Amino acid sequence: MAKNWPLARRKRALHQRARILQGIREFFIENGYLEVETPCRIPAPAPESHIDAVPSSTWFLHTSPELCMKRMMAAGYEKVFQICRCWRERERGSLHLPEFTLLEWYGAGGDYRSLMEECEELIRFLAQAIGTGRTIHFRECEVDLSSPWERISVKEAFQRLARTTATEALEKNLFDEIMVQEIEPKLGLRKPTFLYDYPAERGTLARWKSEDPTVAERFELYMGGVELANGFSELVDSEEQRKRFLMENENRQTRGKPIYSMPDRFLAELDDMPPSAGIALGVDRLVMVFLDAKTIDEVVAFTPEEL
Amino acid sequence: MYTASDLRKGLKVIIDGEPYVVTAFEFSKPGKGQALYRTKLRSMITGLSIDRTYREGETFEPASLEERVMQFLYKEGDHYHFMDNESYEQIIISEESLGEAKSFLIDNLNVKVLLFGDRAIGVELPNFVNLRVMKTDPWMRGDTSKADFKPATLETGYELRVPPFIEEGELITIDTRTGEFSKRVKE
Repeated sequence: MAKNWPLARRKRALHQRARILQGIREFFIENGYLEVETPCRIPAPAPESHIDAVPSSTWFLHTSPELCMKRMMAAGYEKVFQICRCWRERERGSLHLPEFTLLEWYGAGGDYRSLMEECEELIRFLAQAIGTGRTIHFRECEVDLSSPWERISVKEAFQRLARTTATEALEKNLFDEIMVQEIEPKLGLRKPTFLYDYPAERGTLARWKSEDPTVAERFELYMGGVELANGFSELVDSEEQRKRFLMENENRQTRGKPIYSMPDRFLAELDDMPPSAGIALGVDRLVMVFLDAKTIDEVVAFTPEEL
Repeated sequence: MYTASDLRKGLKVIIDGEPYVVTAFEFSKPGKGQALYRTKLRSMITGLSIDRTYREGETFEPASLEERVMQFLYKEGDHYHFMDNESYEQIIISEESLGEAKSFLIDNLNVKVLLFGDRAIGVELPNFVNLRVMKTDPWMRGDTSKADFKPATLETGYELRVPPFIEEGELITIDTRTGEFSKRVKE
């Protein structure tokens, strides 16, 4: 018997993982997307209040390929996808690894609503490819993948599932706690659920809704209470983007976190980007859901603790 | 000093001035939101559990508990008297704080007393203690219909099940971790 039993035991999961990765590529290539690779090591990440990058000499490991992929969009690449490793400091738990795999894709002409549709198609395609069919058994839930999936706005979710409104939660600085304790566990139990229209300050890189600028055109996808993806209609106004980055850096400073230098090249090119939608999907978590894994550890070859 | 990112199962921390041990732990981070550390903590004084969620950067004092070897002297009502084997200082621990341990305390037994500041919050027993059986039914020799175990009461008032051949007045060894009969002591 193999000495490394935990690794030997993951063979089935890692075979399925490989099949899912293949399936993702098939889906996007069939739909006219170009697979791209952008550098993992970058001068600075996008300034965001709660995402910390791992330093690499005087640069950083990217926390997502967002900035480089948007620069490609601005240079005329209209449909791009990437599967890559990303790093986020101090994120470790049953759903978190400090080094993890993200799938990001961007499409010109789309918005967050068309992106939700595309998400549905991708996941149904993958379910077919690995032979799970129309229903996924995950954490005692039977999640039905047939169209349409549930869509609920953040405002409605607070009204229906929490003891306070979203506005009150933000005022009392309890938005994240209520989200984690009262709302997330109830999302995506029978059907995958899109939680959409986040408060504007929770969508730093997203476009604000024209008919209601208090919310950002941003959504998250949940299955079995687990957040899988975060997508939005992209903000393509460089002046507005710079303002928001400065605010995020101010937030970082008040929390005693290092501030990140302005991504000037990204900002200089952003105005060339066509109206688009883009999304990041956690591949490890998607594999977890497909395989009904209890923790993220079960779907990777090595966790940091095993190295 | 610990910060929230140090939290893990088994960590002992001070909360509202009292020592707690972390019994369950989960890291959460809602999309684009802040890191949250959800814990279940058990009070080392009352034994009651609480749920608490902490944010990144919150800090905790470690609960440093002092252990001192002491001898059990005697019981007086609800008060159990112990003596420090080095300083001969005597302390009292309430029956409530002792919890299960009270069933296995016999005079002169050496135990580890856990101190939080000046306050004794419990004792750690040796894994095995010898106690005398005060009451149990006699063994019916040849009676094979009887169960493998019969009830018995020990000198501390503790009740347990013992093999049928154990008789009143005998000394037996108890595993204090499980509270069960371990073996008969030859005297």
